Amino acid sequence: MKNDWLFAPGHGLCAGCAIPIIVKHILAISGENTIVVNATGCLEVATTEYPRTAWRVPWVHVAFENAAAVASGIEAAMKKKGEKANIICFGGDGGTADIGIQALSGMVERGHNVLYVMYDNEAYMNTGIQRSGATPYGAWTTTSEVGKANPIGNARPKKPVAEIMVAHRASYVATVNVAFIRDFKKKVEKALKTEGPRFIHAISTCPTGWRSDPSKSIEIIKLATETGLFPLWESENGEEIKITYKPKFLPVEEYLKAQGRFRHLLKNPEYIEKIKEDIKQWWRRHGVEI
Amino acid sequence: MKITRGAVVEEAGNSIENKTGTWRTFKPIIDYNKCIRCMVCWEFCPEPSIYKEDGSEKPAPNEALKKLPVPVIDYDYCKGCGICVNECPVKAIEFVKEVK
Repeated sequence: MKNDWLFAPGHGLCAGCAIPIIVKHILAISGENTIVVNATGCLEVATTEYPRTAWRVPWVHVAFENAAAVASGIEAAMKKKGEKANIICFGGDGGTADIGIQALSGMVERGHNVLYVMYDNEAYMNTGIQRSGATPYGAWTTTSEVGKANPIGNARPKKPVAEIMVAHRASYVATVNVAFIRDFKKKVEKALKTEGPRFIHAISTCPTGWRSDPSKSIEIIKLATETGLFPLWESENGEEIKITYKPKFLPVEEYLKAQGRFRHLLKNPEYIEKIKEDIKQWWRRHGVEI
Repeated sequence: MKITRGAVVEEAGNSIENKTGTWRTFKPIIDYNKCIRCMVCWEFCPEPSIYKEDGSEKPAPNEALKKLPVPVIDYDYCKGCGICVNECPVKAIEFVKEVK
């Protein structure tokens, strides 16, 4: 039996977690000449339980806040030595949208030749499902508990990290969804061919934190895009974003009802209306009327 | 256990020593008489514990499909998440309770 992925099995990520699907495909495209810098998070904790590792490429773990800074340093050192490799940073939404954003901002602003990938499962899943800046409106987490005092769950909108990277004029920015595998591979290939700072935002199901059926992980993220909630787009050098997939605009309830973290919303149609309005507004800003 | 300086792991990909197949409560079984070799299960397996096998002697729905690589599940690592069962476009993967 042939096991030629650069990401080996035997890691400890939960059954049905979408992160390893994202990682194995990115490594398959970037190849052996890759150095991975991994911020603290599910991916780091579960793939490198000492003394074992699931990585078949050089890999370094750094703290939550400085993955982009360490990647910048590796890139500068390689440049000095006249060597070239794909330097890829992996960070979760907590390590990227919240704790690591300062280092990421600096890396992009200084123009380091690094690809930063944010795998976004929309909360701090590794430490026990605490909300992050990338937790969407209406989601239950252990720090946005649902009850009489707070019937919404997380009341704040999701931080648009990829759009913040466009504002930084990164060489290439894209949102990807591994359920749309052709679009995913095309964007990763393009990102790896582009010089300069690049950023990819990949949505990732977390059956543990989303309270969803592990077997539905791909089906659920597919719905995130098909309902218009997670649009697929790309942008080069800070230019206007280009939509790469026109969704079917299915009712957002289809996406919400597949996950326990949104169960309370189904009894409160006014909150669902707000989500629908947000989707409509986003697409209107980008020239599409729903 | 040898403790290395700086906690460096010297053997790449040695997580294969962890047989995560023991996590499984449900087991996916591919019916090769139905499998159209589209490799969707292989694309989406998170372990990854589905491999491509060339020159396989496995049965197929027709002769032409017999020439294509087949997906094979490695039960040493399959955690039984069921993504392959859910995504298979021809419903060729059964999901049965694990007997240990």
